[in-house]
Amino acid sequence: MPIEILMPALSPTMEEGTLAKWVKKEGDSVTAGDVIAEIETDKATMEVEAVDEGTIGKILVAEGSENVKVNTPIAMLLGEDEDASALDSASASAPAPAPAAKEEASAPESSAGPEAAPVYAQPVAPAPDDAQDPDIPEGTAMKTSTVREALRDAMAEEMRRDGDVFLMGEEVAEYQGAYKISQGLLDEFGPKRVIDTPITEHGFTGLGVGAAMAGLRPIVEFMTFNFAMQAIDQIINSAAKTLYMSGGQMGAPIVFRGANGAAARVGAQHSQDYASWYAHVPGLKVVQPWSAADAKGLLKAAIRDPNPVVFLENEILYGQSFEIPDMDDFVLPIGKAKIERKGSDVTLVSWGIGMTYATKAADELASQGISAEVVNMRSIRPLDIDTVIASVKKTGRLVTVEEAYPMCSVSSEIGFQVQQLAFDWLDAPILRVTGKDVPMPYAANLEKLALPTVAEVIDAVKAVTYTD
Amino acid sequence: MWGFSSEMRVMAATSRKTTGTRAKSTSRSRGGAAKASPAIIEFDKEQELAAYRHMLLIRRFEEKAGQLYGMGLIGGFCHLYIGQEAVVVGMRMASKDGDQMITGYRDHGHMLAMDMDPKGVMAELTGRRGGYSKGKGGSMHMFSKEKQFYGGHGIVGAQVSLGTGLGFANRYRENGAVAMTFFGDGASNQGQVYESFNMAQLWKLPVIYVIENNKYGMGTSVERASATTDLSQRGASFGIPGEQVDGMDVRAVMAASEKALEHCRTGKGPYILEMITYRYRGHSMSDPAKYRSKDEVQKMRTEHDPIEQVRKRLLDNEWASEDDLKAIDKKVREIVAESAEFAQNDPEPDASELYTDILL
Repeated sequence: MPIEILMPALSPTMEEGTLAKWVKKEGDSVTAGDVIAEIETDKATMEVEAVDEGTIGKILVAEGSENVKVNTPIAMLLGEDEDASALDSASASAPAPAPAAKEEASAPESSAGPEAAPVYAQPVAPAPDDAQDPDIPEGTAMKTSTVREALRDAMAEEMRRDGDVFLMGEEVAEYQGAYKISQGLLDEFGPKRVIDTPITEHGFTGLGVGAAMAGLRPIVEFMTFNFAMQAIDQIINSAAKTLYMSGGQMGAPIVFRGANGAAARVGAQHSQDYASWYAHVPGLKVVQPWSAADAKGLLKAAIRDPNPVVFLENEILYGQSFEIPDMDDFVLPIGKAKIERKGSDVTLVSWGIGMTYATKAADELASQGISAEVVNMRSIRPLDIDTVIASVKKTGRLVTVEEAYPMCSVSSEIGFQVQQLAFDWLDAPILRVTGKDVPMPYAANLEKLALPTVAEVIDAVKAVTYTD
Repeated sequence: MWGFSSEMRVMAATSRKTTGTRAKSTSRSRGGAAKASPAIIEFDKEQELAAYRHMLLIRRFEEKAGQLYGMGLIGGFCHLYIGQEAVVVGMRMASKDGDQMITGYRDHGHMLAMDMDPKGVMAELTGRRGGYSKGKGGSMHMFSKEKQFYGGHGIVGAQVSLGTGLGFANRYRENGAVAMTFFGDGASNQGQVYESFNMAQLWKLPVIYVIENNKYGMGTSVERASATTDLSQRGASFGIPGEQVDGMDVRAVMAASEKALEHCRTGKGPYILEMITYRYRGHSMSDPAKYRSKDEVQKMRTEHDPIEQVRKRLLDNEWASEDDLKAIDKKVREIVAESAEFAQNDPEPDASELYTDILL
């Protein structure tokens, strides 16, 4: 039997890629380790090596094909005693189904066979933006951007504006960012302002805070906020408290940013959402963007902010595309929520990647006749509770959605404040949908169980609206 | 109050000669001063007098702080600098305006050496509104952007990374300034110290790491806490030069500081100065200091006291009479009394200050 060569996954979150180039052609013989093709993802170009010996019998996906889903057969490899006739019997077999690491983040399953050109839609912004963003002037043209590009553009624009802004972190310069957020910045701004650090979170975070105390405007990138645990003393004891301890004389204008929360299949030590940890601390601002517009507008605001800002991104969201305003200087206010979707029966409050569940649930609920208002918090501290309260007063019901653990979570705080400030307007107990109270498991099925689901959000909404 | 900026800068420019050789002490007895005989700058009369005044100010200030603590006017933690005065005064005499200082929680001496107002420092100790941090920082947390003093930090070792960041900012701005980053023998075992050493040398940052080795990290002697006790060599694996300095001799401190400052200013990267010094008092006011003998303390006081050394030279050289020195002492006591007076009469911060200065 000929061996199928499948589109490989090159990172934990890769779902599809471009088959940029075939290095081998039909009829070429290969041995294990030979480079046979080049594949481009939104982050990098990688070489694909043969794992078996044989002859390339047939190329199934042409050079230049975009959006080739992981695990799609891209070529057939003939064994030692096989010839092209063996291909005929093989071509009928269906490709192995891709094990979806994360249902909500994956493109729809496809049964496209080798003959069909595998073209998949970009994972574009899910929410119908029927609530006009008051921070975008009416009539502004929109363009499509990934969260990744939005973050990069925000940094680049602010670095052009202010020579005191610089970026430091692991792999931010020559490698162009572990998640390619800082792509191109070294070329434009040079090594003085785009600085590769050694792997010493505690040390370079303290160094960044010291530089901020001296008046510079550092952006400290953590490869993930899980690693920032090594540095949390400097973030809290030095960055957050100095302004108060100095009676207002000396603060730390600094941004701590990077991927936060679960990626996909990376296990317990790389998957925690730290929003509530930082939100607990006076002296910090905490931002958790969802869309590309959130990411760009809020990161620019964070860099300009004279206070330390913890900016919590999410690896799954980096590659997602959204509409963002095509403006020279798009800045969003920190501490202001956005109503992403208007509704009347229930308020869904979420932020960051939680929004992916909330918006999908709202779509599904709409088809079942339940109108959900979706509030995107954007910032965690300061927390725009006023927007939540106004919505709850309208709907009388609240469900919060986040990926973090439930105990002492941001949801806990929102629930507390809403019962205090809108008790008489509530027609049902407040419910929350969160990550489960367990360290993140590795196994695909367990990981799926540990994270929230759209179904859980829908169930919670049905419970608070007393519908079946 | 005498300001270093007005007084010392003139003196730093005066001619001096350097004597002695730098040698590394490899076998220091516990409780003894450095056996190394580092280069010493022979001070002229004005330098001796200035060093005397400034060290005496710190000593008398700290004694008064101790008294006020005993009276219940200063609360919480209060770490006195008595015995270590030559370290900050010698460093300040060698440094220039614009050079920054940052240290841990035993910080009153550093603030006075940076010309911060004794009244503002003492009022902070008593938690009053006229304190440097409006009474919200306390003994361990004072800052002055104007005087280039960056705190005042309570987490052992944290100031080392922060000070490295000050040096980073100096290099970024190419302003020629040096970040004098102080920490103790206790902090010298913290991990972030070495992370900072690595980056400082890698990027050639103008930082002097001043290890004030007063022989005890709280109640644990250096020998019981450190696998290697020559702390000046703690930067060796990063290629950072370091030397031990007799931190009880203000002339040795100044000589070593000048060399280190020059190293930093010429783009050669960081430098480590291990100041062999001694604190006469306990770690904090509540420390009975039972981990060391009274004899050990007494021996240091009588044989190595930094202020007595200067006093003796002033008298021996007939640069000052007993009466002259008494007059200086009187003036210092007046400054300190005035600061204590202010610190007791200044009102506590207004209740509205509770919620200010959290965010800008």
